[in-house]
Amino acid sequence: MKNLFGLLLSLVLGAFIILALNNTAAFPAFGEVDLADRVSEQYFTDGNVAEVGSANIVTAIVVGYRGFDTLGEVTVLFISALGVAIIFGEKKQERLDLKFKPNFMLRVGSRVLFGMILITSIYIIFHGHLTPGGGFPGGAIIASAVLLLYLTDDRFRSNVKGFKILEGIAGSLFVVIGLLGLVLVTSFLQNFLPAGTVGDLLSAGIIPIIYVLIGLKVGSEISGIVDNFLTEEESA
Amino acid sequence: MTLFDIVSLVVGALLLVIAFLAINAKKLINSVLFLSALSMLAVVSFVLLKAPDVAITEAVIGSGLVTALFIFTLLSVRKEETK
Repeated sequence: MKNLFGLLLSLVLGAFIILALNNTAAFPAFGEVDLADRVSEQYFTDGNVAEVGSANIVTAIVVGYRGFDTLGEVTVLFISALGVAIIFGEKKQERLDLKFKPNFMLRVGSRVLFGMILITSIYIIFHGHLTPGGGFPGGAIIASAVLLLYLTDDRFRSNVKGFKILEGIAGSLFVVIGLLGLVLVTSFLQNFLPAGTVGDLLSAGIIPIIYVLIGLKVGSEISGIVDNFLTEEESA
Repeated sequence: MTLFDIVSLVVGALLLVIAFLAINAKKLINSVLFLSALSMLAVVSFVLLKAPDVAITEAVIGSGLVTALFIFTLLSVRKEETK
């Protein structure tokens, strides 16, 4: 009975969605949107790419035009990490026991993989203004590399205190760069460095700097969350 | 019907099927694994929709970290129950 009701509800909702999306005036076919009557049109008009200097237009919007929203997103992530730390963070902690005992080959092989994943994450963070990616996914990849070490070594603990210090420094520097924009130019988080040539690694003004800081902050935050999940109170 | 349409249709149908399985799985661990597969297929559909930025984030967070955290939570809960 419950399943039948659910099926009926989803069929009705699906019909509604299809009817709504078939309305060609409000939702044109894929790839045939006329940008001229959208708000996002102003980001694509000529001159803006040269003004921001970022080859990846998504990054130009996320960090350049909407940098203040990104600061809010980082704050949201910080608050969720704080909540996890409040729930799980006891004084005396030891590793959660895994069901298996990792052998020597697994431990050494995972160290090699750790370096490769870390290099990938650094590439994604540094090329955030040139290719898809950026601070948030790059930071999450750093955290997944740390997670790999936690999984393959049942005695491993990362340097939690160092991560906390790194996170604090990166978050403060983000705000300091924003305030520099306020002091040197006119508004918070405004670009005060030269935009450079589009496509160069060192271009787009403050965008690469901010993305490196976001990557460090997100990586250390999620690594802290992983550490909180994989430790428990001392049972002794 | 082009190849793009066929792939989109197959991925969309698989998304629906796997979402149904994730809701209705009897064991919680199977549910988590179906959720991970759902994220992986969502990555494919994001790439098809030409949103590589979202695809990278979904691949790392949706099918990597969230799955791991869910599984560790299940492990901890099971340990508490057997105590």
